[in-house]
Amino acid sequence: MKLTLKIWRQDGPSQKGGLAAYPMDDVSPDMSFLEVMDMLNEQLIARGERPIAFDHDCREGICGSCGFMISGEAHGPVKLTTTCQLFMRHFRDGDTIIAEPFRSRAFPIIKDLVVDRSALDKIVQAGGFISARTGSAPDANAMLIPKDKADRAMDAAACIGCGACVAVCPNGSAMLFTAAKIGHLGLLPQGQPERRQRALRMVNKMDELGFGACSNHGECEAVCPKGISIDFIACMNRDYMRASATETMEPVKRV
Amino acid sequence: MELNAKIPAGPMETKWEKHQFNVKLVNPANRRKYKVIVVGSGLAGGSAAATLGQLGYDVSCFCYQDSARRAHSIAAQGGINAAKNYQNDNDSVFRLFHDTIKGGDFRSREANVYRLAQVSAAVIDQCVALGVPFAREYGGCLANRSFGGAQVSRTFYARGQTGQQLLLGAYSALSVQVALGQVKMYPRHEMLELVVTDGHARGIVVRNMVTGEITSHAADAVVLGTGGYSNAYCLSTNAKGCNATAIWRAHRKGALFANPCFTQIHPTCIPAAGEHQSKLTLMSESLRNDGRIWVPKQAGDRRNAWDIPESDRDYYLERKYPSYGNLAPRDISSRAAKQVCDEGRGVGPGGRGVYLDFAEAIGRLGESVIRERYGNLFEMYEQITGENSYKQPMRIYPAMHYVMGGLWVDYNLMSNIDGLYVIGEANFSDHGANRLGASALMQGLADGYFILPCTIGDYLARVSPSDRLKTDHAAFRQAEQDVKDRTSRLLSADGTRTVDSFHRELGALLWNNCGMERNEKGLREAMAKIPLLREEFWRNVKVPGSAADFNQSLEKAGRVADFMELAELIVYDALDRDESCGAHFREEHQTADGEAARDDARFSFVSAWEFKGIGQRPALHKEPLVFEYLQLTQRSYK
Amino acid sequence: MQLTVKDMTRIFSFSRTNVGSKVVLAATGAVIFLFLIGHMLGNLQIFEGPERLNAYAALLKSTGKLLWGARIMLLVAVTLHIVTAAKVTLANWRARPVGYTCKKNIETSYAARTMIITGPLVFLYVAYHLMMFTLLKTGPEYSETDVYANVVAAFKMPVISGVYIVAMLILGAHLYHGIWSMLQTVGIGNSRYRRLRRTVAPAVAIVIAAGYIAIPVAVLAGIVK
Repeated sequence: MKLTLKIWRQDGPSQKGGLAAYPMDDVSPDMSFLEVMDMLNEQLIARGERPIAFDHDCREGICGSCGFMISGEAHGPVKLTTTCQLFMRHFRDGDTIIAEPFRSRAFPIIKDLVVDRSALDKIVQAGGFISARTGSAPDANAMLIPKDKADRAMDAAACIGCGACVAVCPNGSAMLFTAAKIGHLGLLPQGQPERRQRALRMVNKMDELGFGACSNHGECEAVCPKGISIDFIACMNRDYMRASATETMEPVKRV
Repeated sequence: MELNAKIPAGPMETKWEKHQFNVKLVNPANRRKYKVIVVGSGLAGGSAAATLGQLGYDVSCFCYQDSARRAHSIAAQGGINAAKNYQNDNDSVFRLFHDTIKGGDFRSREANVYRLAQVSAAVIDQCVALGVPFAREYGGCLANRSFGGAQVSRTFYARGQTGQQLLLGAYSALSVQVALGQVKMYPRHEMLELVVTDGHARGIVVRNMVTGEITSHAADAVVLGTGGYSNAYCLSTNAKGCNATAIWRAHRKGALFANPCFTQIHPTCIPAAGEHQSKLTLMSESLRNDGRIWVPKQAGDRRNAWDIPESDRDYYLERKYPSYGNLAPRDISSRAAKQVCDEGRGVGPGGRGVYLDFAEAIGRLGESVIRERYGNLFEMYEQITGENSYKQPMRIYPAMHYVMGGLWVDYNLMSNIDGLYVIGEANFSDHGANRLGASALMQGLADGYFILPCTIGDYLARVSPSDRLKTDHAAFRQAEQDVKDRTSRLLSADGTRTVDSFHRELGALLWNNCGMERNEKGLREAMAKIPLLREEFWRNVKVPGSAADFNQSLEKAGRVADFMELAELIVYDALDRDESCGAHFREEHQTADGEAARDDARFSFVSAWEFKGIGQRPALHKEPLVFEYLQLTQRSYK
Repeated sequence: MQLTVKDMTRIFSFSRTNVGSKVVLAATGAVIFLFLIGHMLGNLQIFEGPERLNAYAALLKSTGKLLWGARIMLLVAVTLHIVTAAKVTLANWRARPVGYTCKKNIETSYAARTMIITGPLVFLYVAYHLMMFTLLKTGPEYSETDVYANVVAAFKMPVISGVYIVAMLILGAHLYHGIWSMLQTVGIGNSRYRRLRRTVAPAVAIVIAAGYIAIPVAVLAGIVK
């Protein structure tokens, strides 16, 4: 296959960036998108040019490191797929593919396609946990959890934190990411004691970090590599409303 | 050097409990004065950092990923073992201990493994308390499955994402401590040097991977939970960033490296599609429960799978191992696959693959049953290969997956350098010569949540925070300078070959000569070639960019440089261990059935290697292995 | 129930959060939605003949305080709806300061993306509509008591009908996303009702728009004289 890659190049956070075109020959349909990037980088290094920076690690769709916009879609045109699991057989010979970094005020660009997603960590630090000190746990079967509840919690827990939801949201909102964590822990009996505080802390932190609001476009769900449903956003809103009516946000406590 | 494993005296069942009583305690009010560095944020490092933070220590945690949640533990699929006996199938601490020792082919310490089995139940409790959504039965109890040929169902799982869920649990516990300021998190930081003075670990030197800044961090103890070194083989199931730099730097500073040649191959991975292949993807071994493995009888048979009649197929595992058949252990089925491919009977690109065929199972059980059992794996396979396994057989091939070897540690998980602890895959302790499925997660979390937080206090109680070095101490200055020198050497070589091309060559050399099967000739050949490749690397590598910047090529170059040195040690160890055991299969030593033939009289010990300089033969120290509770037996899967 | 100062502060600070703002939009939207239904049902009485409609108009006027109460509530709802929408939109724009060179829309609808345009357009139309029928009473041959005649006379003019029909289509588009969005925002988020929400919301939007549009069409077609 022959392809043209148009890739966002930006030297650093404060430098100006722009798209640069790279014609590619000899692309195999069995290559992953990132392997094409590897190949391009090898060529760039050989030519004495600066290789393209992009985040990637496990290359099996679970670590959430990789991800950029591929021709206008986060993680590219295939549903339920991360960038590393996107294979070139889904493109046509002669295609021009545009690769841009995930964009959001909360995701400043570091270099080329690499963005700083530490804001997502901060949302989790605000309340995305159950405070259970090591050693304090009762027997695992002391608490029975209906299978459907556990399964639904797992649906939400599957989030890999890649940030695609933020990237495609017209409002740069992290509602799906936040709702997935609140949904996962809120569905489980272990998560009940901190449920309201969790909703308050995480949602308020999301606002504070400069993420936008949800306008219910549903773009996030459409690009989520793990298919997390926006129903969890509705649940989160409910939790947040209830919490706002009954509790005042408190800081994280020692466990 | 005398290796003292510091195994507590007394009966096996009470060693750990007695040890917990005997270790010195740090007064809770004093704990905040102690600084502990944890490198790595996976199951071991993340759970250790979180727990040490809870205990009140002043913890700094470093990881090369952009978030602690992305450590490679996240990619573990199958599950986590624990001796809970929830299935009432006669499981027990002793049985898990027995299975682990036997699975490790009697090359691990009894006391460590027994403790691991004891702690395993508490690990599950802790994970559930943190909200890990393990699979449940309809009554609400935890579900279990049997895994990796175990006779009991003791594996807990969360769909095919157990590692992810366990890691997110540890990450959430870590996040609490970060929010409280008890743990300071340093993502996108890579440890490049360990600082040791007077035999004590004093801290580390790290590189900020965004700015390129080199900084020193001093502590009263350093914990390495940096995972394994499978990526020395270039193509493995590990993440692209997984590396051995932290443990290798520690090794160069005096930490002994134990059993480096114990590397594990996973039999069911998707074969490489071509030269461009950047990593290999593992598929759950559970596929072998219903799939039949075969290759054409004739070498060079290029017909499509569906055009090959039954009479021209060789179901070689069923033929060679009638009782276990397609479920023969990992190493046996891996070697068998290599053998048929070496005979020219392999399938797919490059002839490196064997068929895993579900046609018979689909015919017997129906497609819907197979879809229910393996639907997600079939989807994953199709995503990667573009082939529909309901219609045609999968192609699989073994790949490097896990390393049992690692830095030598005593019962306290402390290396031979005082104050340097090594946990999880980075140490050598529990899996012997072969790890059982679903035991890696168990060990990582047992080390991090329960064992290290207890044993590290014993050391800290004997040192004073006032003795902690300042980061402007000469030792730190020197270490920083070493890092900078090495970096500028890499950047200034300005040769003609990329880092990746060297890595591929090194990987191929190791895979072919020190992979699934090893023999003296191949090992000697590797031994001769590695130093030449290393020499060319330093002379002819081309690393673009600068040190004071986000530079992924430079990161890779540093890691590959360390693999170049480690590779030689792997080969030394494989050559020295003139027996077959577990995953270490020396062709010269096999039974008539092609089984690994152990030589207990000569090799019932842990090989702990001491660094003596690049290109110098490392010094071997032996820790004898004594089996008081289990009888050494030869396994048979006929 | 007595609202304390603390409660008021809490409600105020809630309404300033992203989720809170959306809840305000949903709640005020619901009030406006209810008004739209009532207004439509009232208007549709035109098909029952002049007496019925005029009697209804007289009834409304006779309720006095009640009518003013409703009007004030509606006015507050509309004001809050507009102010909050403007605030949320600005915040959303701030959250994505740099756009994409290439961005595809996958799940979102045209209606969803144009809420910030259809909203003001509907508002402009409502202003004009009020001027015409309620405030300035600028309609042709205006009569205080014969509402029916006023409506028929106005809609006989194709320009007035045309503008009205276009405005109602725009309103329909706003409701198309608005109703679904309202349900989602206030957390009626059980997946069992998901399909219901996704089909009922547009259906209701279509019914409302069609109900309003039926009147000028009927006048133009000579069904209502």
